[in-house]
Amino acid sequence: MSNTFLGMPTLPVFGHGNLNATEKFPKAAHRELGDAQLRANLGHATHTIRDKRLKVVAELPDWEDMRDAGSAIKNATMARLPALLEQFEANFTARGGIIHWARDAQEANEIVTGLIRATGETEVVKVKSMATQEIGLNEYLEEQGIAAFETDLAELIVQLDHDKPSHILVPAIHKNRRQIREIFLREMADVDPALTDEPARLAEAARKHLRKKFLTAKVAVSGANFGLADTGTLTVVESEGNGRMCLTLPETLITVMGIEKLLPSFADLEVFMQLLPRSSTGERMNPYTSLWTGVTPGDGPQNVHLVLLDNGRSAALADEMGRTALNCIRCSACMNVCPVYERTGGHAYGSTYPGPIGAILSPLLTGIKSEENSSLPYASSLCGACYDACPVKINIPEILVHLRGEDVDSKRAKIKVPSQMDLMMKGAQWAFSDGAHLNLLEKGLPLGKLAAGRDKVIKKLPGIAAGWTQSRDIPAPPTQSFRQWWDKEHVAPAAVERSQDGSRNTEGEQA
Amino acid sequence: MKIALFATCIVDAMYPRTARATVAILERLGHEVVFPSGQACCGQMHVNSGYFKEALPVVANHVKAFDTEDYDVAVAPSGSCVASVKHQHEMVARRCGDAALEARAAVVGAKTYELSQLLTDVLGVTDAAEQLGSHFPHKVTYHPSCHGMRLLKLGDRQLDLLKSVGGIEMVELPEAEQCCGFGGTFSMKNADVSSAMMADKAANICGTGAELCAGGDASCLMHIGGGLSRQGSGVGTMHFAEILASTLENPATVPGNVQLAGSKR
Ligand code: SF4
Repeated sequence: MSNTFLGMPTLPVFGHGNLNATEKFPKAAHRELGDAQLRANLGHATHTIRDKRLKVVAELPDWEDMRDAGSAIKNATMARLPALLEQFEANFTARGGIIHWARDAQEANEIVTGLIRATGETEVVKVKSMATQEIGLNEYLEEQGIAAFETDLAELIVQLDHDKPSHILVPAIHKNRRQIREIFLREMADVDPALTDEPARLAEAARKHLRKKFLTAKVAVSGANFGLADTGTLTVVESEGNGRMCLTLPETLITVMGIEKLLPSFADLEVFMQLLPRSSTGERMNPYTSLWTGVTPGDGPQNVHLVLLDNGRSAALADEMGRTALNCIRCSACMNVCPVYERTGGHAYGSTYPGPIGAILSPLLTGIKSEENSSLPYASSLCGACYDACPVKINIPEILVHLRGEDVDSKRAKIKVPSQMDLMMKGAQWAFSDGAHLNLLEKGLPLGKLAAGRDKVIKKLPGIAAGWTQSRDIPAPPTQSFRQWWDKEHVAPAAVERSQDGSRNTEGEQA
Repeated sequence: MKIALFATCIVDAMYPRTARATVAILERLGHEVVFPSGQACCGQMHVNSGYFKEALPVVANHVKAFDTEDYDVAVAPSGSCVASVKHQHEMVARRCGDAALEARAAVVGAKTYELSQLLTDVLGVTDAAEQLGSHFPHKVTYHPSCHGMRLLKLGDRQLDLLKSVGGIEMVELPEAEQCCGFGGTFSMKNADVSSAMMADKAANICGTGAELCAGGDASCLMHIGGGLSRQGSGVGTMHFAEILASTLENPATVPGNVQLAGSKR
């Protein structure tokens, strides 16, 4: 379709907010790799969660069937998302809730601010939420003179330290408890100066710090793990109880939820309440699951709002190969098993969504056009560990490759001078699309021996291949390729020998 | 059985000994090996780097070379190349709008096996010492490459075959299932992360005290071996086919440093 129709918005509408990488991944990764403490913290944490997850997943004999079910329910949801959203809206509204639609981060932030302003409050408590991270709500509210207090322990640590989350489930995964104690002592006005770095003492300090806020806050802002279309119910799954407090004590509750978080029916929760806790925290069940359906007179918040956020999700949905990325339930299993994430940490990905899912989701939501974003799909060795771990079977490696294709094509259209990589690929295309071409090239193999020198290894290559030789040698190539050996030694004599004893012994040439 | 060998570009050009070992094993079992001469490469590097347009003629060439009735099964001593033939070729054809190629690629893909898969599932090899005369009196550790493990679901096939080799001492590799960091052009585009992954893999290998690390993918072995060599570890890498091909009468030489196989080339 041509996009020149007047009055029509340009499609697709991409997302904004904390989704764009601000520097290219290799550069960011280089910096983060230099932080030995970060690597130690991350290695320890990811290995612990990884092992826990494997143990509890192994307990369920039907785990693979459950993954299939999760994947099927999500695919069915995406296939009729508009209808389900309307069904959800009708049910949510019928129960006394109010729905707001936000096309992008800016609109969502404005809506939330307007709702808070209407209450006359200048402070809100917050339940951990990826959607509000994505749109940069806390920062926006601060500019508007509204203070937002994170109540999730890890989220609080990051907020107090004026840092950014580096993991979607354990935002402070890059910090150890010694560092956390320092942050509390420095940033919490009411902290006990004798605080130690025992986890229980740290949690106690946070609890005391937050209690006042819980009891006085009139407005809470949350995200939602699931929205159930057939009942108009919202769900938050958590483990500290802070969410339950925020969702029940205040008078006004404002939830921001991505439009992809729907499940068709209440019954579908059965599958996801098994998949999510086991995949995310390695627990059989999370301690707190809160469900609310509109307003209950005299009980809980009497002002219940939901901001339904697009912010690039429609654009991702329009990508036939990439749309399954929207099936993500934000469990973080993929980043916990990712060897790249384990070494670079979440900040290297620039976006609210790090790790394997971030490497596909960020470019899908925001478009692959920017240099920085387009480096994300290459931040993977395609080892496939993420696909194996994902509870809803998102084929992340396949989508990474698809997005690399989009990137190559978009650059091809834009830049007229081919890059080193383009030239290398072009050359390899010639060599690899005809056995005779490869053979011709292989005749030059003895030259490689010269390049290798006395110790029979190549230690330095130029151009884009220089990265390889920064830490790895390359063996001197052999003087004869396999096909040359085959032509010379095998084909002709084989015919003769085979007629004698039916088989041929090649081991002689092995030794 | 008539078996078509897909040598793969890297084995053909850099590690011919691996292909020769593959031929030796199959012939020792009494099968006829043919080498379709038009073959070159599976195109994995192009596909994984996003160069679908450039991948198309490479895929078409592979399909043309192997699209013949004149063999029973095709085999390659490489998990990732077989995964590419089985899982990527149809996708490339589809993406480039070539329905005829897509259909032919499906046929070729279905007939193609990774070496340990063919030996175990089709040819019934369970005891290499007994059935192949394999003998390799060395201390060996084993790294399962990602594509074989995850895309082809090879499980312990390669490891079990190695364990059944006469005289061999297998030692377990800690964190064996972690990627070695090769990832094709990933090792160039994200050289720092790739090096960090390789360094951890190399440290785990050296920690086992093994003389060498065996595996089923020449590219991963070149990557790991290249790192071990740069570190001056003296530990080498070797394709499992060469270990299976080694016998008491014609023992394979234990490689040091980056050489994948015996020192004579
Ligand atoms: S992509 Fe899959 S594994 Fe990763 S966070 Fe989403 S649901 Fe979890």
